[in-house]
Amino acid sequence: MTASRSRVHHVTRRCAVRLAPLALVACTGFQSALDPKGPRAEAVARLHWTLTAIATVVYVVVIGVLLFALWRAHTRTPVAEEHAYHENPDHAAVMKRGVIIGAVATTVILATFLVVSVSTGSTVAKVGGDKPLRIDVVGHQWWWEVTYRDPIPQNEVKTANEIHVPVGRAVLIKMSSSDVIHSFWAPNLSGKKDLIPGHETITWFRADAAGVYRGQCAEFCGHQHAQMAFFVVAESRLDFEHWLDQQRGEAKRPADSLQQAGERVFLSGPCAMCHTIAGTGAGGNIGPDLTHLASRRTIAAGTLPLTTGNLAGWILDPQTIKPGVKMPPTQIDPQSLQALLAYLGSLK
Amino acid sequence: MKLRPQIVLFVVIALTLVACKREQRRFRETPPAATASNAILMSTLQPGPAVVETGMRNPYEDNAYAVSEGKRLFDQMNCSGCHSHGGGGIGPPLTDDEWIYGSDPQNIFSTIVEGRPNGMPAFRGKIPNYQVWQLVGYVRALGGLQGKAIRTTRDDHMMFKESEQARDKGHPSPTFVPPTSVKQ
Repeated sequence: MTASRSRVHHVTRRCAVRLAPLALVACTGFQSALDPKGPRAEAVARLHWTLTAIATVVYVVVIGVLLFALWRAHTRTPVAEEHAYHENPDHAAVMKRGVIIGAVATTVILATFLVVSVSTGSTVAKVGGDKPLRIDVVGHQWWWEVTYRDPIPQNEVKTANEIHVPVGRAVLIKMSSSDVIHSFWAPNLSGKKDLIPGHETITWFRADAAGVYRGQCAEFCGHQHAQMAFFVVAESRLDFEHWLDQQRGEAKRPADSLQQAGERVFLSGPCAMCHTIAGTGAGGNIGPDLTHLASRRTIAAGTLPLTTGNLAGWILDPQTIKPGVKMPPTQIDPQSLQALLAYLGSLK
Repeated sequence: MKLRPQIVLFVVIALTLVACKREQRRFRETPPAATASNAILMSTLQPGPAVVETGMRNPYEDNAYAVSEGKRLFDQMNCSGCHSHGGGGIGPPLTDDEWIYGSDPQNIFSTIVEGRPNGMPAFRGKIPNYQVWQLVGYVRALGGLQGKAIRTTRDDHMMFKESEQARDKGHPSPTFVPPTSVKQ
C-alpha cells in the first residue's frame, strides 16, 4: 500500500518535472512571437511586454486596494461608518480626491497605451532597409505559391511553401489569394497580414538571424487551415544566391531509365493536369510547381517532411493525410509509382 | 387547437436534418476499381442476346458540395476554354436544351472520359472517376437538369451571366437531331 502510494507520488513528481518546461516552450522556438528575429517582430514583442507590464501593475494595485478596503471594512463598525460618510465633510473630500486620482491615472495609462501602440505601428510600417527583395505570395487552399520576380522572365523563380531570404535584407512581399481570405504570419519575423482574393496587400520583414522559421495561415480558410504552413529560411547572402541560382531554370533531365520511366508516368497521367515541371510538357497551375520539388523540406504545406515514403503515401492517398485537400488519390501500379518517386526525388 | 411549443420545436429540429444529405462532404473516395465507362454502351445494337442496361446513376446527384467541386474543376480543367462558363464558344453551349451526345449522367460521363469527335478531348486517365462524376453533376446543373436547391450560385469571378440557380428547369429537347458529321 505504502509502496504503491510512493510510486504514484514519484510518477506525479516526475510528470510535473517533465511538463513544467512545456509551459515555457511557447516563449522560444521556430514559431513564436516572443522570440523575435527581426525588427518588425521585435517592435511587436516590445509592445507586448510593455502592455503586459503596465497591465500587471494596474492589476496588482487594483486588487491590493480592493483587499485593503475589504480588510478595513471588516475591522470597523459598519453602522458608525455609514453615518460618518453622510455627515462628515472630511470624508466627502477624501472620496472626491480618490475619484479624481483614479480618473487621472486611468487617462494617463490609456494615453500611454495609445502612444506606445501608435509608435509601434509607425515603426512596423516603415520598410527597414534599402532595395528590398521582392517576392510575390499567392494563398491557395491550402498552400502558398511563392514567386521571386526578376526583370528577365526566365530568371523568375517559382516555388511553394518555402521562402528563402538573405539575412539582414528587407523583404517586401506582395500578396493575393486565389480563393478565400488567408493570412500570412511568421511570428518570429512579423505580424499578420491578410491575403485577399482580387486585391493586393503588401507586407515586409527582415530576418536578422539565420534560421528556419515556421509560419502559418492565420485566417480560417477551410478544412485544412491548420495544415497550411510555410517556412522562412533565412541564410547568408551567398547561400541565398546559390539557392536562387539552383531554383532558376528548367528541371534536371532524368539521369537513368527508371527516372525516364517516372517522367513518362508524370507526363501521361493525371499529375500533369495540375502541376508544372519546367522544361517538360507539364504546365498545370492548379497545384504547387514541382520543378525543384526535391530541394524542399516538406510536402503538402508543412504537413509531412519530404521523404520518399511520405511522398508515396501522399501520391496514393492524400485524402487520408489531409482530408479535403484538392489533390485526388492516384491509381497507379507499384512499378510506375517507384519510377515516379525516383523521378520526383531527382528534381533537386 | 393550440400547438404545443414542444411539438413545434421538435418539428423545426427534425426539419434541419432534411438537408443533411445535400451538404454531405465525402473527402475520401474509395478508388473505384472498375471504370464506369466500360459499362456505358455507345450503341443500342448488340451482338448476341440483348443485355439489360445497368442503369448507371451519378453518385453525386443531389449533392451540393460535389456540384460545387464540379464547378471548380470546370474552370480548373479548362472546360471554360471552349464551353465558356456554359455559354459555348469553340465548343457547344451547355445551358441550352440541345444535347448532342445525350443529357443523362452516364452520357455526359462518357463524353468527358472518351472525348467526342471534332474537338472534345478525352480525359481518360487524367481525372479520377469521382471528379468526372462531380463535373457531370455541374454540367447537368448548367443545363438546369439538377434540382434548384443543389445548383451552385456564387462565382469567384465577376458574374456576367445569371447564376445557375436563377435558371429555369431544363428540358432536353426530344426532337433535337445532332448535326451529321462535318463535311470535308
